[in-house]
Amino acid sequence: MASTNFEKHKPDGSLAGNVLEWIDARFPLTANWKAHLSEYYAPKNFNFWYFFGSLALLVLVMQIVTGIFLVMHYKPDASLNAAGVPVAFASVEYIMRDVPWGWLIRYMHSTGASAFFVVVYLHMFRAMLYGSYRKPRELLWIFGVLIYLCLMAEAFAGYLLPWGQMSYWGAQVILNLFSAIPFIGNDLALWIRGDYVIADATLNRMFAFHVIAIPLALLGLVAAHILALHEVGSNNPDGIEIKKHKDPQTGIPLDGIPFHPYYTVKDIVGVVVFLAVFSIIVFFAPEMGGYFLEYNNFIPADPLVTPPHIAPVWYFTPFYSILRANTVNFFWIDAKLWGVIFMGLGVMVLFFLPWLDRSPAKSIRYRGPIYKSALAIFIVAFFILGYLGMQAPTPVYTIISQVCTVIYFLFFLLMPWYTRIDKCKPEPERVTK
Amino acid sequence: MRNALRNVLLALLFAPLAALAAGGSLKLDRAPDRSTDPAALQNGAKLFVNNCLNCHGASYVRYNRLQDIGLTEQQIKDNLMFTAEKIGEPMGISMSRKDAKEFFGAWPPDLSLIARSRASGDGSGADWLYTYLRGFYRDESRPTGWNNVAFPSVGMPHALWELQGEQAMGADHQLTLVRPGKLSPKEYDDAVGDLVAFMVWMAEPQAQLRKQLGVAVLLFLAVLFVVAYALKRAYWKDVH
Repeated sequence: MASTNFEKHKPDGSLAGNVLEWIDARFPLTANWKAHLSEYYAPKNFNFWYFFGSLALLVLVMQIVTGIFLVMHYKPDASLNAAGVPVAFASVEYIMRDVPWGWLIRYMHSTGASAFFVVVYLHMFRAMLYGSYRKPRELLWIFGVLIYLCLMAEAFAGYLLPWGQMSYWGAQVILNLFSAIPFIGNDLALWIRGDYVIADATLNRMFAFHVIAIPLALLGLVAAHILALHEVGSNNPDGIEIKKHKDPQTGIPLDGIPFHPYYTVKDIVGVVVFLAVFSIIVFFAPEMGGYFLEYNNFIPADPLVTPPHIAPVWYFTPFYSILRANTVNFFWIDAKLWGVIFMGLGVMVLFFLPWLDRSPAKSIRYRGPIYKSALAIFIVAFFILGYLGMQAPTPVYTIISQVCTVIYFLFFLLMPWYTRIDKCKPEPERVTK
Repeated sequence: MRNALRNVLLALLFAPLAALAAGGSLKLDRAPDRSTDPAALQNGAKLFVNNCLNCHGASYVRYNRLQDIGLTEQQIKDNLMFTAEKIGEPMGISMSRKDAKEFFGAWPPDLSLIARSRASGDGSGADWLYTYLRGFYRDESRPTGWNNVAFPSVGMPHALWELQGEQAMGADHQLTLVRPGKLSPKEYDDAVGDLVAFMVWMAEPQAQLRKQLGVAVLLFLAVLFVVAYALKRAYWKDVH
């Protein structure tokens, strides 16, 4: 950055450099462009699973932009209007009917919430397939899990805002979980709700969390996630380090290609395909059969009428199943508290994944049959838990969810043992196609 | 192994959908789809305003929105606008909540969104409404003298009884018409079909626009895909 031109002038007195040089003398624009895009070398063998990082960023931007427009018309107010409808609920219908293109913005935002979880779950699954959380990417993974936690909080707070029956009673169930904590539980739940029941105070604070507190944290974490990624470099489907084989002259990894233009043009293709799927839902099935917008949420919140069946939205249901699978009081601790503990542990255990995995190979391509089977069983159990979380509990379902909960935790807790005894294939020196 | 994993994942993806399709307890009749038929929607609007809007509001729908189903402002003012002064006002009712509670024991719910909120694993909201509005029968044990197959112990009396007549529940759990109304059973089903179509329209007035726009957006994305893919191929030519 020695080419500072702010004192360089041509003989006639005009500036010597161009605008870019003027900026570079004051702000590292070109340096950042190079470090993060045009000279960030990514492995050339990315496959289908590597689209979901950039797609998550796209959905984040889309949620922020549509969210800004929604906030212009939405009113976080639980009081009843002249027609006897909560103002918050009525303002969402106002957006759907009277705000020009409001329906499109709202459907993009509601579909975007589910789409965010779809791409993030696939992104996390990619990390598990190719060992992307392993050394030296532990912090990168931890930032990712923190993003996932923020996303859950963001989705939960956002789901309360339309103030429909499912918003209200879903929040009632989840916020009541805090009251299971011994000694301070009831006071804590009261402090979080701001009232003895879910009420206007709760709605207003969830609005504050949803539109400012959590998005700020989310943006900071996403920046940290990307900075950590660009520090250590991207993993790839072979799970080997491309930095081991660099061109002796240029110092560029032999299997690396500049992110821009190669992966920018490739990701555009992914974006178009994603937008097509996204549009099919937004324009032809915005309720997604009750999975993205629950039918009961078209009824305004009514504190006096409890719906017969309260189910969270699909992306929370695996953890909701783990919560409900705990039906026995154990060690003088009540089943509800065990449920809360295991639900919390179910997410927290993800933080330890980099240290639980002792396999000599990172990628599923070179791992042995034990890890492959364990991952397959884990995914099946996770899907079953997700499905059961949407159903009303029955004795049989409860037993199945208990079995799947055990599988979920055994996958992580036994990992140090089964990854060590697994028969891995040798990893290649250079990336394969 | 990879293929086995993929098949298991696919099967699991579709399992919840299959379970949802298998559905629940109540067998709903399928409502006819008249969402693009202006004559049906207008007849439905007439039936709605004359029979439902006395007790139930549709407070998210403005009268002038009825222009979307092919009516002029003047037609709306002359034929449908009994509860408002200005065309831009919502389709409200004058009965107070307190009175309603006294008369019926419960506040008759706002019907703007009823076609969306009544959807379930059993069928669409339209199917539920179509079954409900044709499912009233005489039951002297109820305070109103009416009961319903889709909504047991319903609070509402049969508002359309003059059109349908009176049904009775047989021992075989089948409904039979015991006293005919102004319309034949076939005509009545047809009228309810129109009314339900109107209520579906009311629940999401922009639904047709949404679908039309969706086709255009997908066509645009198809063209964009061809361009984006060609661009990717061109750039990646030299990557081996």
